[in-house]
Amino acid sequence: LFPQAPRMFTQSSRNSVSPVLLLVLLSCVLCPPAQASKSSEDIRCKCICPPYRNISGHIYNKNVSQKDCNCLHVVEPMPVPGNDVEAYCLLCECKYEERSTTTIKVIIIIYLSVVGALLLYMAFLVLVDPLIRKPDPYTQPLHNEEDSEDAHSLAAVPSLAGARANTVLERVEGAQQRWKRQVQEQRKTVFDRHKMLS
Amino acid sequence: MDQKGFRRGSFQSATSDEDMLEVAGASMDFSMGDDDPPLDREMGGFSSYNGGGMNGTSAMMDFLEEPLPGVGTYEDFNTIDWVREKSRDRDRHREITNRSKESTWALLHSVSDAFSGWLLMLLIGLLAGSLAGLIDISAHWMTDLKEGVCLAGFWFNHEHCCWKSNTTFTDRDKCPEWKSWSQLILGHGEGAFAYILNYLMYVIWALMFSLLAVLLVKGFAPYACGSGIPEIKTILSGFIIRGYLGKWTLVIKTITLVLAVSSGLSLGKEGPLVHVACCCGNILCHLFTKYRKNEALRREVLSAAAAAGVSVAFGAPIGGVLFSLEEVSYYFPLKTLWRSFFAALVAAFTLRSINPFGNSRLVLFYVEFHMPWHLLELVPFILLGIFGGLWGAFFIRSNIAWCRRRKTTRLGKYPVLEVIVVTAITAILAFPNEYTRMSTSELISELFNDCGILDSSKLCEYVNDFNSTKGDDLPDRAAGPGVYTAMWQLALALIMKVFITIFTFGMKVPSGLFIPSMAVGAIAGRLLGVAVEQLAFYHHDWAIFSGWCSQGADCITPGLYAMVGAAACLGGVTRMTVSLVVIMFELTGGLEYIVPLMAAAMTSKWVADAIGREGIYDAHIRLNGYPFLEAKEEFSHKTRAMDVMRPRKNDPPLTVITQDTMTVEDVETIVTSTTYSGYPVVVSRASQRLVGFVLRRDLIISIENARKKQDGIVSTSIICFTDYCPPLPPSSPSVLKLRSILDLSPFTVTDETPMEIVVDIFRKLGLRQCLVTHNGKLLGIITKKDVLKHIAQMANQDPDSILFN
Repeated sequence: LFPQAPRMFTQSSRNSVSPVLLLVLLSCVLCPPAQASKSSEDIRCKCICPPYRNISGHIYNKNVSQKDCNCLHVVEPMPVPGNDVEAYCLLCECKYEERSTTTIKVIIIIYLSVVGALLLYMAFLVLVDPLIRKPDPYTQPLHNEEDSEDAHSLAAVPSLAGARANTVLERVEGAQQRWKRQVQEQRKTVFDRHKMLS
Repeated sequence: MDQKGFRRGSFQSATSDEDMLEVAGASMDFSMGDDDPPLDREMGGFSSYNGGGMNGTSAMMDFLEEPLPGVGTYEDFNTIDWVREKSRDRDRHREITNRSKESTWALLHSVSDAFSGWLLMLLIGLLAGSLAGLIDISAHWMTDLKEGVCLAGFWFNHEHCCWKSNTTFTDRDKCPEWKSWSQLILGHGEGAFAYILNYLMYVIWALMFSLLAVLLVKGFAPYACGSGIPEIKTILSGFIIRGYLGKWTLVIKTITLVLAVSSGLSLGKEGPLVHVACCCGNILCHLFTKYRKNEALRREVLSAAAAAGVSVAFGAPIGGVLFSLEEVSYYFPLKTLWRSFFAALVAAFTLRSINPFGNSRLVLFYVEFHMPWHLLELVPFILLGIFGGLWGAFFIRSNIAWCRRRKTTRLGKYPVLEVIVVTAITAILAFPNEYTRMSTSELISELFNDCGILDSSKLCEYVNDFNSTKGDDLPDRAAGPGVYTAMWQLALALIMKVFITIFTFGMKVPSGLFIPSMAVGAIAGRLLGVAVEQLAFYHHDWAIFSGWCSQGADCITPGLYAMVGAAACLGGVTRMTVSLVVIMFELTGGLEYIVPLMAAAMTSKWVADAIGREGIYDAHIRLNGYPFLEAKEEFSHKTRAMDVMRPRKNDPPLTVITQDTMTVEDVETIVTSTTYSGYPVVVSRASQRLVGFVLRRDLIISIENARKKQDGIVSTSIICFTDYCPPLPPSSPSVLKLRSILDLSPFTVTDETPMEIVVDIFRKLGLRQCLVTHNGKLLGIITKKDVLKHIAQMANQDPDSILFN
């Protein structure tokens, strides 16, 4: 047990470094939206005043800070004469609101770019990939029964565990092939055999 | 084969995708099960499985000092062994504690090990909160995209577009920067042609969104469809579904959830948010060795992540923890309670700082009134509870029938077409009625809203008597024409939502159930509330009203009725109790309404339970045949272990492995000719005395590895499961020692044990199998699947519906 101790510690220290790194990264990503640019266009005080006697209802917006967000500062020009101001202001409701346009813009653009990337990848997989990959006449037939997996595992040498992929491209391709097989399995389970998620 | 049959009738490019994908054989690759990273080759020696029998430093470790990678892991669609996982964790913990006394570095390691759980919770909260913020903002924007676009910046939705401009009191939605599609194309927004154009654009956008959603789900992550909560319940009870909580599922679920919600379909995003949060939890577990290697600990983390998911969906951290405890989790140890709360709080805080709704609220339909209610109003509240229960039972029955039809008939072969048709019907029916045209969250928000003088919506168009207005406290008034219009529009909306949700839940896009049920309940509640209010206004001299509701007083709050109705319907469908009440009162921010909410929730649960026993999630679990052992129900039949165990009377005898007389070839034959997931090991065939239990996967891996790496292991080598192997003549091949993979403490019961106790043992300990002995000799085996089939048989259900092994 003991010879493995230093290996275990380096591995665990590596493992405790990566979550800390992730934390730092996440906070860097989240901080800018959180301390959103308090630009003047992103805050407002909104006062809604209902119809009063013969005056129709009105909504007033103004860029003021939170301490100035009340009826007297925001409602301009005051539609009622001086002695009625208090009664009118009691009916009005003023709320301080702020938003972050940067956050909204960034999030929408991130979302659209992810959707676009996925669409491009899907188009690539459907249209371009089969053209650049030479069709292999020796592909084994797909095993539909999962019970035969165990039998094959004892009889056949697992073909993937042997060869270590050398170049980055081969590794990427290997990973992509594995992923495609996984998705195919999932699709069979959910869509064809209706074994799950119906 | 299958592929050709499937090509017929489905969307062409999607199926040709299947044909184009290369499948290079299906050999079993143990080290790369799913998107899990490859197993570490340096698994420390302390994680060797010892089954609690021998201690970790057994001196008789043979050459296998390090367990092979793959030993101790599980195959897909199998149940984990809770006992083994927990004992492995205890050993690991003991190891670290013992070693922490030696050096400062080891002490730091033990401290960081204890701290790693909290760090993981923090990360899960952050990630879940950020993703929820992304989903909220994008869904809000895309929903409005169906109606128009903002000229000041296409990324603004309607509300934000009109934020800066001055809107009028009566027309709060109109501002020059926001252009509806007909205004953009035709130049004006009035007239029949403009209406038709708007209608057309609405339907086209809805179809585009849902088509994109289902194509992405089908192409990249088929596990991302549906709600996710039934499968997460099964996973948390010990089942393994590889890839269900993986990276691709997370990405696709997040993206397609936004698309599905924006397309106007009658579904919500709360259930899928739980799935998204659990994916985050699973992915972040890979950063910590402690959680990556141990399946039982990982499920504790997933329980906490589920709590964080509900917390961001409703802005209710406590409700989230209770939901995780009540609905989702199977084993919920006490330390998970505190950690779940922490994760939920961090997630809620992160979401608040992203501020998706622009006013520091977490949910769109936060309610802010605190009007009192009277005891006599409990009668309509109980009526709402009965309605909720009836609707819940009706919904579950019809939804399960429809899903069963989808599973078994040809309807299931056209998932993309089904989504398109349902979206088209929903969009075409939804546009004319303004209450179905708006997004469901907005509808609920409007229904929950109490009408004050500042509101100008149609629902608040009462006949005002200006002389009697005192501040914001409006008395009960007669309904104006706007209210009557709103009432029948709402009634139509109710009918539409009741029926269309049956066909929507369970489609091949991420779909949640909470928001549509709350919408149904809110509409019913508001209708009843306005009816009671008008009754009280016109007949204030009746005996029941005269005591407390005099003329000019504000006694009935229809918004409260809507809230109680929403709680009742949600309770009727999901059968939640405490968590529902807590979520609802966290939504309202006050304790005044606990009694009406509880009354409605209890009534609805009783009524719904009287009609059908299961909630929607349990019904889906049963429909799909997941091996989920229900923890809440009592097993009350008088059968005994010998009635359930295998082999039965006419079956061939139990397949066993002897401890030191079988050769490698014999064992391989046994493994290939049977499909059992484990084999008992006995002293000899004659005595049938039990030594232990060995798992199939471990056997396969060890034998293969020995054949390749060890010298002299051939088909005629003896396999020995004991410490001291019998001496052999020198000419015979070397012995293969496999004691390290043997479980020396399998659970046994006698054949006369009542099944009640056996079921209880399976539930409480999380067993996969249990051996049955008679007079000390091994007689048979009971597996979890046998227990489930037996329970199904006793309940007169179809025992063959338990599909998974």
